[in-house]
Amino acid sequence: MGRIVLVIRLALRDLRRRRTEVALLLIAILAATTTLTLGLVLRDAAGDPYRSTRAATKGPDVIANVGRAGDLAELGKLATASGVTEHSGPYPVIAAKLEASGRTSDVQVIGRDAAVAAVDQPAVRQGSWVSDGGVVLEAAFADSLDVGVGDAVALDGRSYKVAGVAVTAAMPPYPGASCIVSAGCVNGAVPDDRNLPAGLLYRPGLAWLTQTDLLSLAPGRSALSYVMNLKLADPDQAQAFVDRNRGDHGRPVPMQTWETVLADATDLARDSQILLLLGAWLLGLLAVASLSVLVGGRMADQTRRVGLLKAVGGTPGLVAAVLLAEYLLVAVVAAAAGLTIGALAAPLLTESSAGLVGGAGTAALTWSTIGLVTAVALGVAVVATAVPAVRGARSSTVSALADAARPPRRTGWLIALSTRLPVPLLLALRVAARRPRRAALGVASIAVTVSGIYVLLVLNTFLGDQPDTGAYTEAQVAVLRHVLLVWTVILLSLAAVNATVITWATVLDNRHASALARALGATPREVTVALAAAQVLPALLGAVLGVFPGGFLLFAAINAITGGDSDRATLPAPWQLVALVLSTVLVVAALTSVPAHLGGRRPVTATL
Amino acid sequence: MSNTAHTPVLSARGLRKEHGKGEGLVRAVDGVDLDVSAGETVAIMGPSGCGKSTLLHLLGGLDRPSAGEVSLNGRRIDNISEKGLARMRRTEVSYVFQSFHLMEELTAVENVELAALLAGRSPRAARRRAESLLDQLGLAGRARFLPSALSGGQRQRVAVARALSNEPLVVLADEPTGNLDSAATVDVLQLFKDLHESGQTLVIVTHDARIAATADRKLSMRDGAFVDEARLTGGTTGRLGALAGLED
Repeated sequence: MGRIVLVIRLALRDLRRRRTEVALLLIAILAATTTLTLGLVLRDAAGDPYRSTRAATKGPDVIANVGRAGDLAELGKLATASGVTEHSGPYPVIAAKLEASGRTSDVQVIGRDAAVAAVDQPAVRQGSWVSDGGVVLEAAFADSLDVGVGDAVALDGRSYKVAGVAVTAAMPPYPGASCIVSAGCVNGAVPDDRNLPAGLLYRPGLAWLTQTDLLSLAPGRSALSYVMNLKLADPDQAQAFVDRNRGDHGRPVPMQTWETVLADATDLARDSQILLLLGAWLLGLLAVASLSVLVGGRMADQTRRVGLLKAVGGTPGLVAAVLLAEYLLVAVVAAAAGLTIGALAAPLLTESSAGLVGGAGTAALTWSTIGLVTAVALGVAVVATAVPAVRGARSSTVSALADAARPPRRTGWLIALSTRLPVPLLLALRVAARRPRRAALGVASIAVTVSGIYVLLVLNTFLGDQPDTGAYTEAQVAVLRHVLLVWTVILLSLAAVNATVITWATVLDNRHASALARALGATPREVTVALAAAQVLPALLGAVLGVFPGGFLLFAAINAITGGDSDRATLPAPWQLVALVLSTVLVVAALTSVPAHLGGRRPVTATL
Repeated sequence: MSNTAHTPVLSARGLRKEHGKGEGLVRAVDGVDLDVSAGETVAIMGPSGCGKSTLLHLLGGLDRPSAGEVSLNGRRIDNISEKGLARMRRTEVSYVFQSFHLMEELTAVENVELAALLAGRSPRAARRRAESLLDQLGLAGRARFLPSALSGGQRQRVAVARALSNEPLVVLADEPTGNLDSAATVDVLQLFKDLHESGQTLVIVTHDARIAATADRKLSMRDGAFVDEARLTGGTTGRLGALAGLED
């Protein structure tokens, strides 16, 4: 117990002494944990409006439909099946064309009773429920048509007045409505060169009429489909009910559970979630790079402290524990903060649909989410810290007390190559060659960032085309753009932190070598350019690798995970890729210029 | 403190270097006048903290004076830009440090050629000159060794070779034997004697009476100022040279 207290006390004292570094560490891990939390809780948060709608509309647990009157008996059997407590319907449904505001849309029209139903009673948001001569439109559909109560619409050429606008939990809001007519429906994008089969409904909306109006609108009884809503004793057993009652003869009755409707209603959140989870892993990699550099630089400064700990009787295990404990404490704080921020921010990245009641609330954190986010934060800290901590623990006490710097690496071929270059590049190559692991981290950090930007470019172009192709509405595109913006800002921020931290670590590590070079005749400008170029050269390599294979692989991974069709995506043009590489190099040059400038102008005599 | 017999290659007038302010003001160098002639070896001695190393830094343009002038080869260097000072250090002044200051990742020959490469010499010429210098200093067999594989005396000889690689007007040595054992000290003393005899202008800051004995002049410093000057007749062939054990 005493040892644990000692370790924590030493770790806390040291953290307090190095507030800037702790802040940078915190930002690095926080970026990853926040994004991961967002990814994990987003769908749950996005489900809130559906759950509210379900509660407000006596939402069904199972929705069954048949395509012809001859199958009505099957629905009758379902109504009396074991586990069913209530039902409404069967209601007749027809496919129709709705004209409003100069636009024509496909629509599924359900014939309902004016009386309140026991299951699935759509909640009227404006106006009133169905009455003869009056049509009620699903709210998201009405919103997209820009139609309100009192407006006139035409169904298959027959004029109706919009009596009300309502929401339902029996199907996802427009444009994701489930198909309950026998003609069949298509949602999402349809390539320009492909014609839909005649009669197939394209992104149908939903409307309700009285049964009398519906039957008079239908061209004949053969045009009618039927839908029935079931309430179960145990809603969580909806899928089991469907499996049990699918039908044991020729044509099974199509059924949807409330969970399927929820999944469809939060389909956009699924796409956002995939983006965020991928972003979280990229940010996790960047955080490892940040931490490795920070920890490495810090260990160099802590050599003497390690020596002192050992000199007063600290075992290598205790020394490693103290060093690890500091970063684990930071990781735990970052995990807690990431979980909180992620849960609070999740509603901001969800779709606000007119077709559902209320908005997303603060996401609930499950133990599995808390566990995973904490594990990732601790994993990042351990991966980045373990090697330097063990190295520090194993170092000789005498050399540690003498504060001997870790000897630089010798990379013979780079040293030989550098002799043929101008002075700044000669020095730059040698600076990079002194710490190949740090240079590799710089390359990896930029490669990960550029891969992310590559994918963002592809997705941005893809989203730009969506309102035209029909896969997403403009509102949905706006939500996904929000997600991409969050991704971009966090990714670029962390990359900027990395570039600055790596340069600063390089500047500190090269204090002596830079001073010596100046004593031998290198100008401050040459040393400054060398320190900056030592970052820019790996950045150039990282940017090129980030485009290919990085970006291509990441995009392929996204397609593989989402089952996306890469042929539908427009890959960045060569000029865009060249611009991306050049911009990366320029940004890195700008970010490194200040620390490099300070490093190039340190007083020589104070260092030597 | 001046030597008027020859044209000075390095001179200082009223040189001052101050640190701090008010009551915390410290005059590390306090009104030093100095002339060093071409080919002359000047030893500066004094207790620790008297300002010897600071003076050496001012003379070579590594640090800027608070007041006074420094001239090299008749040209003021205390008021030129950092870039100008850097260029000057490439070819006109070079340093030998107490702790050698060799690049740990470079071999002996790579350390020596670095100064020539920074001065813009071709890689081939720089390597040839470095190998020749190491050969002259008895380190031909150690040219491909890293500093960590060399003894203290060998490291200091590498540092001297580096200082000579651009044939500077003046070599400024700061406690060149301060980190060496007795055997290595004698080794380095012999090296400085040889340099002196070859006509190299040397300013050596030292605690070691034996190395001071190799000089033409010995200046004693206290509290940032020269307090005594002694001309050592005949340099290494004089009485002090004999005391140092350098006489044949």
